[in-house]
Amino acid sequence: MQELRQQRAEIAALFEDLHPPFEPQAAVLEANRCLNCFDAPCTSACPTHIDVPRFIKKIASGNLRGSALGILDANVLAASCSRVCPVQVLCEGACVMHHHHTKPIEIGRLQRFSMDAFHANGERLPRKSEEDRPEKIACLGAGPASLAAAAELKQRGFQVTVFDKRSLPGGLNTYGVAEYKLPLAASLREIELIRDLGVEFRMGVDVETELSLEALEREFDFIFLGVGLGAMHRLDIQGSTYPGVIDALQFIEAYKTGNTTKVEGSAVVIGAGNTAIDAAIAAKRLGANPVSILYRRTQDHISAFSFEYEHAKQEGVRFEWLTQPIAIHASGNQLTSVECAKMQIAPDGTIQPLANSNFSIDCDLMIPAIGQSPLLSLLELCRDVRLDHGQVSINRATGQTTNPKYFAGGDCVNGGREVVDAVADGKRAAVAIAHLLEVDHV
Amino acid sequence: MSNKRMKPNLSADFAGIKSINPFWLASAPPTNCGEQIMRAFDAGWGGAVWKTIGAQITNVSSRYSSIDWNGQRMMGLNNIELISDRPLEVNLREITEVKKRYPKHAVIASLMVESTREAWHTIVQQSEDAGADGLELNFGCPHGMSERGMGSAVGQVPEYADMITAWVKEKSTTPVIVKLTPNISDIRTVARAAKRGGADALSAINTLNSITGIDLDTLIPRPNVDGRSSHGGYCGPAVKPIALNMVQQVMSDPDAMLPISGIGGVATWKDAAEFILLGAGTVQVCTAAMHYGYRIVEDMIDGLTNWMSEKGFATIEDFRGLSLPKVTEWKHLNLNYKIVAHIDESKCIGCDLCYTACWDGAHQCIHLDRVSRPVNGHVELHATPAEVEASNRNSITVTPIPKLDATRSKTDGPFTTPLARIPRVDETECVGCNLCALVCPVEDCITMVEVDTGLSPETWEERSANSLTGKSC
Repeated sequence: MQELRQQRAEIAALFEDLHPPFEPQAAVLEANRCLNCFDAPCTSACPTHIDVPRFIKKIASGNLRGSALGILDANVLAASCSRVCPVQVLCEGACVMHHHHTKPIEIGRLQRFSMDAFHANGERLPRKSEEDRPEKIACLGAGPASLAAAAELKQRGFQVTVFDKRSLPGGLNTYGVAEYKLPLAASLREIELIRDLGVEFRMGVDVETELSLEALEREFDFIFLGVGLGAMHRLDIQGSTYPGVIDALQFIEAYKTGNTTKVEGSAVVIGAGNTAIDAAIAAKRLGANPVSILYRRTQDHISAFSFEYEHAKQEGVRFEWLTQPIAIHASGNQLTSVECAKMQIAPDGTIQPLANSNFSIDCDLMIPAIGQSPLLSLLELCRDVRLDHGQVSINRATGQTTNPKYFAGGDCVNGGREVVDAVADGKRAAVAIAHLLEVDHV
Repeated sequence: MSNKRMKPNLSADFAGIKSINPFWLASAPPTNCGEQIMRAFDAGWGGAVWKTIGAQITNVSSRYSSIDWNGQRMMGLNNIELISDRPLEVNLREITEVKKRYPKHAVIASLMVESTREAWHTIVQQSEDAGADGLELNFGCPHGMSERGMGSAVGQVPEYADMITAWVKEKSTTPVIVKLTPNISDIRTVARAAKRGGADALSAINTLNSITGIDLDTLIPRPNVDGRSSHGGYCGPAVKPIALNMVQQVMSDPDAMLPISGIGGVATWKDAAEFILLGAGTVQVCTAAMHYGYRIVEDMIDGLTNWMSEKGFATIEDFRGLSLPKVTEWKHLNLNYKIVAHIDESKCIGCDLCYTACWDGAHQCIHLDRVSRPVNGHVELHATPAEVEASNRNSITVTPIPKLDATRSKTDGPFTTPLARIPRVDETECVGCNLCALVCPVEDCITMVEVDTGLSPETWEERSANSLTGKSC
């Protein structure tokens, strides 16, 4: 783990920050541009409701510590959110400057500026209560939802333990975000502050057995489910088990952890979501050429944000619309090509392969990116925790599941949204848990 | 208005001092030496008041400090520099040289010497012998020199100002301008004294006493001179409103009124036009030239010319003083004139600064109730800002994901800004204070619209008189 706290030089060189940090004076100039709206739309648009004008005006006034603490009070993963949030559809998308014939305030970069200063000064997360309380809460999964819940509960004095199968905490924040947005090392640095609060991390632990869950229920007063989603869907076509077929999350993890530093030949990515785009851009930067994204529908149907699509085009990623892979061909274990069919969209919206439309694309690396499956195996064990289409049903305001001992948040509840949504879920659940415990002991 | 196409004449005749335009450089660092002033004239300045000459002094370093505002530099500038630190004879020689090369430009000698008749007679003689077109008596410098009985030490005592002006007038053959200090409770008292002493003209204002700020690491005020500071003279855009008021005060007082050169925060042609509208015959500029260089005069000339063309003013005299009658005492204002704020929904960007300003800084008559239900009336009928904010902070928001969410309309009304964020003015409560229009970042989004009260105009003076005589209660 220690060696991963520093970004590897060869990866750093290929994955420079997409949005570089502000120089101090530039941050103040930008902060001064903010109108300081009342009940600002950016704040409302943020799932964690960070008081954006407040932290921005503190940058302008030179109160950087106050700026960072205000941000962290709303969102303990504000450093990673400042880098990974799709701000175009959140705070910056809501900025009134869009109506004022000018660019929105660069809220994401300003937030990063405050958080970078906070980290650089060696600051620590504050406690919200000096009292130490005996109640214990287990957070399953060490991704953003659990981290947010754990931090909030620990800041209020409760005893919190985070469990995860992986060796590093952070979930997709650590393993799954494009390195030019959030380096793995930056994710770990942020989590260190939560560990420093006194949250216990039990890593490399699989609690996905009935026995373990029973033990947890005995040991802990409440259990927070922040387990995220399961493995990526597998391509169900001929040849998908060749070693040259690696799903997007595995591929992203491999280069972020330094296990893959180079890709040769042509890469083909299947799917047109945000993860597909992250993987395609990474393959391109790691040396693959050409890199193609195959999508069975058209540009109008992609699930990626439009700015992600634009970014991919700028990076030289090709898009093959109305194209479906049919079979993967290899010579020995080395992939050679992917056989595709052209699709057509019927007036009723269904898609069908066009007859006699098959063609081949050279392919040395195949990266399917067609979504993650729910982690049903564990969740079904949690008695009385009801699922709805594979997603945990909760009370939206509290995060409580149908089993009152269990709370949940993040991707396992919402089917796969953003880090900031997971943080909001985790914090809401933590506040609800704390409220139950505090009321109990009055 | 019929002469839209004629080229206005910008030349000024200021108490007999002629210059090709009304833009003069004030006595300050930009007019420190002949080389500078000649470059300034080349750039287009019509005149220059020489950096004050007198007995040679020694300056300190540093000398300036400033106030920045919202990322903009030098909203206000402060200095602790004294009068010219060059030998008197060098300044006099250069005055002669400049006048020889630039006969059509005004060169004014700014003077400050010890308060004896002999000293003043001598410097007047020397300046006029050098060829100065006029003399400006520096009764205004508020720092350093005032501790030695000069500058504002003179300008704050009407009797001294009167006496020294009279001494100068005994000797002078060129027009004498008395430069007034604003560091006095009523600038008219010294203006009247100068007039009594025989001054031909006035200039106002000199700088204001100031401490611009303190370094919060070292706790040393700025500017720092080896660990200590001293109060300085404040100028720049920040002081313009003070200067305009003082120029108006002097120009509205028959006992004080003389040709006046307006000084204080003049940076653009608009500033200059405002001073002239309040009666100034020329304007003097310092901070803006120190900030951006002599080149700023180009737009001052160009902009003023274009504005005069548009307005049909052929000369400076055509509009000089036109705004003076429009400034009156408060008691003459019409109490029955009523305006209310009007928000143009199609221009509103939804920042809601007018809302928070009206609630906290005005009269609680702008509300965010277009969606809930518009209610007119007193403050208790409405949600408070804290309640409005809390309801949004407690809402659950998620990132809109194309795959997971049907595309939602971003607006809830006919305007680009959501209706819930477009404030509404309760005209029954609005007092027409202007605050909302002042804070609104969008031009012409909030306008103040006159409402017919059905009452004939009545001033406070009239109302008091009527109530005293029992005509009205």
